[in-house]
Amino acid sequence: MSTFAAPNSLSTSVRQDVPAVEVEHLTKVFRRRVKDAGPFRRKRRMPALKDVSFTIARGECVAILGQNGSGKSTLVRLLSTLLIDDGGSARVFGNDVVRDARTIRRLVNRVSVEASFFKKMSADENLSYAARFYGMPPSVTRTAVPEILAKVGFPPDRRGESMQNLSRGMQQKVALARALLTSPVLLLLDEPTTGLDPRSKLEVQDFVREVRRTHDATILLCTHDMAEAEALADRVGLLDRGELLFLEPVADVKRRYGVETLEEAFFAATGRAFEEEHDDEDDEYREVFG
Amino acid sequence: MSAIGATMRSELIGLGGIVERNVYLTKRYFLWDVAFMFWTIANTLTIVFIARSVHLTRAAENTLAARLLVGAVIWAFLGIIFEFMTETVAWERWEGTIEYTFMAPISRVMHLGGQGAFAVLYGLIRATILFFAVVLFLGIHTPHANYGAAFALLAIASLSFIGIGMMTSVLPLISPEKGAQLGFVAQGLMLVVSGVYYPVSVMPHWMQLIAKISPATYAIRGDRASIVSGTGLVWADVWPLLIIAVAATPLGLAIFHRGEVHAKKHGKLKRSG
Repeated sequence: MSTFAAPNSLSTSVRQDVPAVEVEHLTKVFRRRVKDAGPFRRKRRMPALKDVSFTIARGECVAILGQNGSGKSTLVRLLSTLLIDDGGSARVFGNDVVRDARTIRRLVNRVSVEASFFKKMSADENLSYAARFYGMPPSVTRTAVPEILAKVGFPPDRRGESMQNLSRGMQQKVALARALLTSPVLLLLDEPTTGLDPRSKLEVQDFVREVRRTHDATILLCTHDMAEAEALADRVGLLDRGELLFLEPVADVKRRYGVETLEEAFFAATGRAFEEEHDDEDDEYREVFG
Repeated sequence: MSAIGATMRSELIGLGGIVERNVYLTKRYFLWDVAFMFWTIANTLTIVFIARSVHLTRAAENTLAARLLVGAVIWAFLGIIFEFMTETVAWERWEGTIEYTFMAPISRVMHLGGQGAFAVLYGLIRATILFFAVVLFLGIHTPHANYGAAFALLAIASLSFIGIGMMTSVLPLISPEKGAQLGFVAQGLMLVVSGVYYPVSVMPHWMQLIAKISPATYAIRGDRASIVSGTGLVWADVWPLLIIAVAATPLGLAIFHRGEVHAKKHGKLKRSG
């Protein structure tokens, strides 16, 4: 049994003859309210993903780079069955993300930029609660939760402390533990180190490497940290304004554009510097809650 | 274990997880709950004191106070159930866990059922405390009360309350800002047609027709009879509640499913801050 495997490990029950992830012509469009539209509240179409296609092989670690608002989170949320697409298809181990959502939910877990816990509850309680949804009873979590928290380097004497008292780095470790506790065969990491101090960032990255060594998991890492993508991933993709411009090993990307760094590759591919893009998270917020 | 048995076991563990989480949160917010309990008692007293002001005989005043108290207690009980059900989504959105819950492999019936099960347990405890606190405070005599029948009827009514609560729990999915408040509007509308502090017969005819499909009508009528007169479980109150529960639960789940699909199409299954 792998280091992180839960008792009912899924790795042997998934189809072996298909890629971990197959995305074909995937499209997602949001409708955003036009500012100052008056009483008629006109909305405009804002494509979040445009005809995106790629595959990820089982056991592979793929990083998707992109700035805020490029569509990374939309992609992760589509693969986590939290969104319904507007065209194309996405399959996880041969299961369609819309039709076979229940099956996929057993196979996938994720870590997002926000740690997202019940803040008054402790790490122990949050993890036990999350594990119940995956059919893990108290008799299992009593030992599995302390073990997984120890693996991510969480101090045992703080397991009973409210999450709100923990630092951002500590919370993100608990988020990693939560994702690994259910032994997912596809791990979706959506900006897992954003906002962390350099030390916590390195700890999380080391842990991702350890997961790759010890656990039969396929990893999709969405990030805007190019160094992180280069350090962790087998292949790196660039999602720009909803379009996937490339998805190749880093060396191939550099060779293709004749550049030394991924920043230069981004410039060569888009004609813009990586830092220039405005942050349109607020626009997405307005669309979602408008 | 068969595949169906394993799935059922996993689903029930998930349901237990929702109850377990709410126990943790109730422990953490215990003092706030105590403060809220005082507010509920004070609120109930403002209603039951009316019985003292109408200058009836001692016995008639006692009966009126007991009748008002039953209405107020059921109002409070229903308030708890609607609060828990309606805020199923709102709490998760506030805490930021909504995406993790909705991508977990638990069926919505167990998800909402777990929330409803805890709401009923918690609501029954609070209703009991509220009832006896007011009885002691005002010296209301309930010598014939059949508490067993009153509890049993409330438990049966809870099934339909949960079903209707499932319908209102979809509101925060559709409108993150205003959905939860609309759930409380639904609670108020249900009680106004159910004879919460007055007989159904005093309402206009069209309201009396609506009262027939409100589970609160039968819960209030039956519990009043059990507390004031010591009546046991009456089939005429039980069967409508069972029928409403059988209709409301699948309808509630279907409405929630529609709301969930809408939220997934429009990107609303997302934390708000």
